[in-house]
Amino acid sequence: MTETQPVAFPQDRTCPYHPPTGYDPLRTDRPLSRITLFDGTPAWMVSGHTAARALLADPRLSTDRTHPRFPAITARFAAVRNKRAALLGVDDPEHRAQRRMMIPSFTLKRATELRPRIQQVVDERLDAMIAQGPPAELVSAFALPVPSTVICALLGVPYADHDFFEEQSRRLLRGPAGEDVMDAREQLESYFDALIDQKDKQREPGDGVLDELVHQRLREGEMDREELIALALILLVAGHETTANMISLGTYTLLRHPDRLAELRGDPALLPTAVEELMRLLSIADGLLRMATEDIEVAGTTIRAGDGVVFATSVINRDEDVYPDPDSLDWHRPARHHVAFGFGIHQCLGQNLARAELEIALRSLFERLPTLHLAAPADEIPFKPGDTIQGMLELPVTW
Amino acid sequence: MHIDMDIDIDTDVCIGAGQCALAAPGVFTQDDDGYSTLVPGRRDGAGDPMVREAARACPVGAITVSETVR
Repeated sequence: MTETQPVAFPQDRTCPYHPPTGYDPLRTDRPLSRITLFDGTPAWMVSGHTAARALLADPRLSTDRTHPRFPAITARFAAVRNKRAALLGVDDPEHRAQRRMMIPSFTLKRATELRPRIQQVVDERLDAMIAQGPPAELVSAFALPVPSTVICALLGVPYADHDFFEEQSRRLLRGPAGEDVMDAREQLESYFDALIDQKDKQREPGDGVLDELVHQRLREGEMDREELIALALILLVAGHETTANMISLGTYTLLRHPDRLAELRGDPALLPTAVEELMRLLSIADGLLRMATEDIEVAGTTIRAGDGVVFATSVINRDEDVYPDPDSLDWHRPARHHVAFGFGIHQCLGQNLARAELEIALRSLFERLPTLHLAAPADEIPFKPGDTIQGMLELPVTW
Repeated sequence: MHIDMDIDIDTDVCIGAGQCALAAPGVFTQDDDGYSTLVPGRRDGAGDPMVREAARACPVGAITVSETVR
């Protein structure tokens, strides 16, 4: 490690599918660098692939964000840090008990069973878009409603409420200020509180994951209401925002790589590896947060107990020791071991569902609209700032 | 010379991510609770070259692959 000025984190990307150019020093300074967070707090940045996999699986790194020294990457994150969290915000054994209840609903088999339903949702959205267009705004017409409809069906949340929860999620993840985020969080909590009451009154439970949790776990006292609300909130928000961003940014990236798109169209069998490669390159959750609970030695450096540790997945997934020519999109590289879904006990619960949604959405979009192209100059299309999940704010397309 | 492979899954550690079943579906599957389990009769890996990939893909290191030369 060289003694250089700590890199500021987070920074905005200059191209929506490449890491911010300001992270370049992190790429030459693997596996560990010093960074400075928005409020001036120093923290560690893990940028090496091997070190990242080891540390993300290390129980000495906590995700308990209620700890006063847990790193915050924006003011709005700091505002809700004391709110009850579920899954990603808690450590084992509490995390394990929650995850254990969730995994039967998110297995590979369950995702495979959901494929016909996902295909139906995708087809309906494309039918509507084609009937109305061209042109279209792909985020609102396709990228957001597809995963939103799917996660609603899986959880047992009425899709009719999507305007409400999509707006609250947007405020939660990109709200202008701490107060706004707190209000969005409280509105979602009230919404789930009422939804749980409604489900609790039903004699016969519906077939959603929340119905099962209310009728089995809540009634049996295995889970309290506050915990169930926190769990429902993360499942709904993580279940639609992230996949929506992968669909919008994945489409933009494919349209910017016409040769790769043509190759993929010519050989649809490449699709599963193409989805992994897009996950690797785009790394939309670009800043996984942890705090050391003990001193940890990494490559001759000591991360001290209480230090914040940030994992920039965009940098880790471009470690050239693992991925030669890392900035290029290549359907033939083994991209499998990327950390875009995280690693360790908190690795994305919904990853199998996300893969199925991405495969079906991207394949169907380009099959139905073979002449799809951007309807605005590529470098003028707005995308999300660096302090949240990465993706397109809008995606004007035509065909 | 023959190499015997033996696969062990620590279900106390498994988080049901399904990475093993995705990498080597001929050897790994998930039970009704979502935990990783071996496809019946495949504890020896059935010569599947993806077994080691599956072990490496496991986010919590729950899969141990041992080889004995005899």
